[in-house]
Amino acid sequence: MELLFFYMFSAGIIGASLLMVTRANVIHAALLLVLTFFFMSGIFILAGAEFLAVVQVLLYAGGIMVLYLFSIMLMNVEVSVRLRQYHRQSFFAVAASLILIFEVWTVLGRGGSYPAFKGFSWQLGATPGNVEALGSVLYTKYLFPFEVASILLLAAMIGAIVLAKRTIDR
Amino acid sequence: MVSLTHYLALGAIVFVIGAAGVLMRRNAIIILMSIELMLNSVNITLVGFSRQWGDMTGQVFAIFIITVAAAEAAVGLAILVSLNRDRTALNVDEVNLLKW
Repeated sequence: MELLFFYMFSAGIIGASLLMVTRANVIHAALLLVLTFFFMSGIFILAGAEFLAVVQVLLYAGGIMVLYLFSIMLMNVEVSVRLRQYHRQSFFAVAASLILIFEVWTVLGRGGSYPAFKGFSWQLGATPGNVEALGSVLYTKYLFPFEVASILLLAAMIGAIVLAKRTIDR
Repeated sequence: MVSLTHYLALGAIVFVIGAAGVLMRRNAIIILMSIELMLNSVNITLVGFSRQWGDMTGQVFAIFIITVAAAEAAVGLAILVSLNRDRTALNVDEVNLLKW
């Protein structure tokens, strides 16, 4: 049953992302990317990462993709639908991608066995659950990277304002 | 039973799709979206490892990756908006002022 759902979500992810990469219309690509993120949150739930699944829907589908859609509405994208969509280096890009997937295939095939699945250290409805376990690790062991991430967000916010401002008063 | 190899293979396939999108497309917005796709494929791999070993570190790093993706989206879209002011179409092979 778990395997069936995994293959269903994987087919959704791969199909939607292939469509996303090949669309000429940017709005269609953005909506297909939202669909991909929803399927990915399904994969996260299968892997027992409930908090990440919720964050995926809230932050990616709800936050980042809305930012993309607003920016698309600020630019005029109607022109680029009629233009040539692919780069001149497309042949080399496809060749490089095929080489990359072949490499990964070889490594995964020869990787041997991984240590056995130990089972979740958290369970749905149990205490401590996934959110609690995540929070207790995030705010103790990874407190410093957490603070650095907040500085990064501040820098990105200031950078976005400075870059998108029409003129900078001196 | 879903094994770790399933998660690794799925992450690798989605990563390669995103990389092909970055290399092949001319539209800068779709290139940014493909980068988001690549970051998310790494999240799949991290969550797979986190499940395999019953350890939270993978999920913590997935949250950091989401943070970096949000910062990247904000700055990248700001660059594209300011780039869109003096040209009509956002094609990356036309932005070649610094190209050798």
